[in-house]
Amino acid sequence: MGERRTQFLRGLRDGIPIGLGYLAVSFSFGILARKAGLTTFQAVIMSAMNLTSAGQFASLSVIQAAGSYIELAVSQLIINLRYCLMSCSLSQKVDQKTPFFHRFLMAYGNTDEVFALSAAVKGPLSPFYTYGLIGVAMPGWTLGTLLGAVAGSILPGRVLSALGVALYGMFCAIIIPPAKEDKVLRITILVAMAVSLVFSVTPLLNTISSGMRVIILTVAISAAAAVLAPVKEENVQ
Amino acid sequence: MSGNVYIYILVMSLITYLIRMLPLTLIRKTIRSPFLRSFLHYVPYVTLSVMTFPAILSATSSHWSGLAGFITAVLLSYKGKGLIFVSLASCLVVFLLELILV
Repeated sequence: MGERRTQFLRGLRDGIPIGLGYLAVSFSFGILARKAGLTTFQAVIMSAMNLTSAGQFASLSVIQAAGSYIELAVSQLIINLRYCLMSCSLSQKVDQKTPFFHRFLMAYGNTDEVFALSAAVKGPLSPFYTYGLIGVAMPGWTLGTLLGAVAGSILPGRVLSALGVALYGMFCAIIIPPAKEDKVLRITILVAMAVSLVFSVTPLLNTISSGMRVIILTVAISAAAAVLAPVKEENVQ
Repeated sequence: MSGNVYIYILVMSLITYLIRMLPLTLIRKTIRSPFLRSFLHYVPYVTLSVMTFPAILSATSSHWSGLAGFITAVLLSYKGKGLIFVSLASCLVVFLLELILV
């Protein structure tokens, strides 16, 4: 019991930057959702049930254009397919002794950021750590949506702009420390960022949606790294 | 809007949940293939790199403040500072720089 509590509290603490970043991003989602014709209640429900940034932003244009349910489903599938890779990765990370039902609960909150921190844990992952993360992330996401929908002008623009880097700052803090001692990881990260830049500025390539780009590059570069530099057994978590 | 918003919300949350849930529940055993194990080991690093850069450059009011936030985050992470510290410090740098820039 004590171990679960410790893990949960650690998750809550580590989740603070996620909560802050979500607050800023979902604030702008709340504003846009109202503009797209959703009620405040609908916007909050959508955030609570989906917990996904890109997917929710994209859904607004489909809903506003009165698109079909199929169109919405397909666009969500493409944009959110990257979670499939993350869940595959996480499936290997979860402590094997964990009762099965936990996987259903963890899946709900497996966002980019929650995944990033869960995957960065040393050794097997306790679901309670992930619950702690979700315990901050989910309220941050829904509360931000609520605030944005109710009072779009509650936070000064400068503060919102500054909070825009919160999540990315956290990503750096996750990927860079392990890369310090690992040359392959360093090169992998540099290549990934460079290719991502190329994809975002090259004509034609930059028409690929950001969700799709994440999938394509993740599969290609991770596979290349796995072929060129297979991880020795003891290094794989 | 013509469709029912609640059905829209239900459809999208169902799809999103299934994408997240199926791999987690279907793959329960430890994967033995060295290639797949290595592949999954690299996935988080590549995904986060691709999502961070160059997106961080357009996450703020100006490309320059975004770049400054990025450099701050990289340097502080390299020095081994914690998540919250790195995250808030890069926000602060963006905020201060934009007082001058924007």
